[in-house]
Amino acid sequence: PAPPPHPHPQENKTAVRPPACRGSVRLSPAAGDRASLSKMSVFGPVVKIHPVVLASICDSYERRNEGASRVIGTLLGTIDKHSIEVTNCFSVPHNESEDEVAVDMEFAKNMYELHKRVSPTEVIIGWYATGFDITEHSVLIHEYYSREASNPIHLTADTALQSGKMNIRAYVSAQMGVPGKTVGVMFTPLTVKYIYYDTERIGVDLLQRTRVAPNRTKGLTSDLSQVAGSAARVQDMLATVLAYIEDVLSGKVTADNSVGRFLMDLVNKVPTISAEDFENMLNSNINDLLMVTYLSNLTQAQIALNEKLVLL
Amino acid sequence: NKEKKETNNFNTSVTVLILFSQVVLKIIKHYQEEGQGSEVVQGVLLGLVVDDRLEITNCFPFPQHTEDDADFDEVQYQMEMMRSLRHVNIDHLHVGWYQSTYYGSFVSRALLDSQFSYQHAIEESVVLIYDPIKTAQGSLSLKAYRLTPKLMEICKEKDFTPEGLKKANIGFEHMFEEVPIIIKNSHLINVLMWELEDKSTVADKHELLNLSSSNHLEKSLQLLMDRVDDMSQDIVKYNTYSRNLSKQQQQKHQYLQRRQQENAQRQSRGEPPLPEEDITKMFKPPQPPPRMDTLLIAGQINNYCQNVKEFTSQNLGKLFMAEALQGHN
Repeated sequence: PAPPPHPHPQENKTAVRPPACRGSVRLSPAAGDRASLSKMSVFGPVVKIHPVVLASICDSYERRNEGASRVIGTLLGTIDKHSIEVTNCFSVPHNESEDEVAVDMEFAKNMYELHKRVSPTEVIIGWYATGFDITEHSVLIHEYYSREASNPIHLTADTALQSGKMNIRAYVSAQMGVPGKTVGVMFTPLTVKYIYYDTERIGVDLLQRTRVAPNRTKGLTSDLSQVAGSAARVQDMLATVLAYIEDVLSGKVTADNSVGRFLMDLVNKVPTISAEDFENMLNSNINDLLMVTYLSNLTQAQIALNEKLVLL
Repeated sequence: NKEKKETNNFNTSVTVLILFSQVVLKIIKHYQEEGQGSEVVQGVLLGLVVDDRLEITNCFPFPQHTEDDADFDEVQYQMEMMRSLRHVNIDHLHVGWYQSTYYGSFVSRALLDSQFSYQHAIEESVVLIYDPIKTAQGSLSLKAYRLTPKLMEICKEKDFTPEGLKKANIGFEHMFEEVPIIIKNSHLINVLMWELEDKSTVADKHELLNLSSSNHLEKSLQLLMDRVDDMSQDIVKYNTYSRNLSKQQQQKHQYLQRRQQENAQRQSRGEPPLPEEDITKMFKPPQPPPRMDTLLIAGQINNYCQNVKEFTSQNLGKLFMAEALQGHN
């Protein structure tokens, strides 16, 4: 069940406010009411966000000017039939006070031009703001962005962690109210998904490992240590699965059929090859690799020798 | 004292490179979206120097060079970008540049020139090489390089003859020095990481433990063979040059001897000796081939070999793991 909207009749604010928009309504559920949010509105496109956008937003928030409580910026990306993919963003300087809000539009236009030079396929698809809620000023800014893009989306990221988590939400605006009398703007939420390119996924995996390091740093490893790390992770996963199986066997946990089917898939994935064939395959592969290593060592010795000869 | 100040001390105190997450993500995204095939993508790194650490806090990409964009002013783009970034409090100090590479082939004249001009202007600048193919195989591959002081000296002098290089005693192993990289996150980004982990689906592709190696090895070896061909051509050129040089020396020697003999004969007959002619005009010494290319090719071959060896060692490990999984021992 949707929570009731709170109407905000405003009158005679400063001249910045456009005349048509007399009221603003925000459909914002209580903090932590995530379940109702997900059941609520799936109207509209799915918003797919790349992690680079979120990292940029966090960085701009950390670098905000003294006295500014939030930062805003433009979102760039591509629009599909059923989804909007957000791939880039840049922050836009703005001033916000009780009565009015000023956004540097020139700057936004300029930056967009520069960005277009590099990636001509990205278009303005909306804007973001840090902070927990949607304020009246957001309505104005959204108005501006509606001029730049058709049906812009509005992304909020709670970087001040007011609710204990970084809530990342996306909204789209819709007109509401009685036409001719009190009209308003309603922000309806959209589903947000995180999407990665393959290489991005791998990069993020590495970045994730800085979470556990004491001073949040991590060096880049190379060579065999990476394979060892991967093997350790597989071992961990196997240990978890084994623990689960033990529990099921001893009756502590009820058996789940679908999990059982996955387990059978897993065991069948290791192909049964006769010992001899496998030995042959293994040996030929190892021989290939050793030969290549030998060749490259030889080449390196050759060029080192050549250099010494030249310098004689 | 004045002399001391004028000679550029190319030794910097930067020992480690600190990279922030958004830089890594931006570089990955830039290549993924704009770099197809073997085209390189480039961009600028922004940050600042703190004690002995070079911190890179942001970056922005450079557009590709297209033919129909002939009047595109790179410097202007850069200036505008940096000015705009300054408005939003992003570090606008240039500290280096990044480039993507194809199977590790980045040791080229162009890179050397660019890096030299960067390092000449900004002492601590580095070039960050991003290898997308190696990254797609399972582990992020980012390496930071800087020209060694010796190489900087040579580039400054522009003396690429064999004698010049011999004087500097530089080998292909001393061209670049690698700067170790550490990735650092602020607390807020840490929170973001936890959030992402929470909300994202588990990755369904684990490339690092992939057993197939032949494709990658083939391509690497192909590139290696091309380089080795170049190298052998270069060696042949150098050999002909030194042979020509020694032949010429011999000819000069013979000519001088004949001259002396003739002069002696003439003296014995009482005739005036023949005038001394300018030897150097008669025997023009052959042009020594520039050695910089050889150095670059050798460096590139070295790089390929290193990459191949790393790759094979990883694959050997994986093969033994597969053997253990089969249970035949």
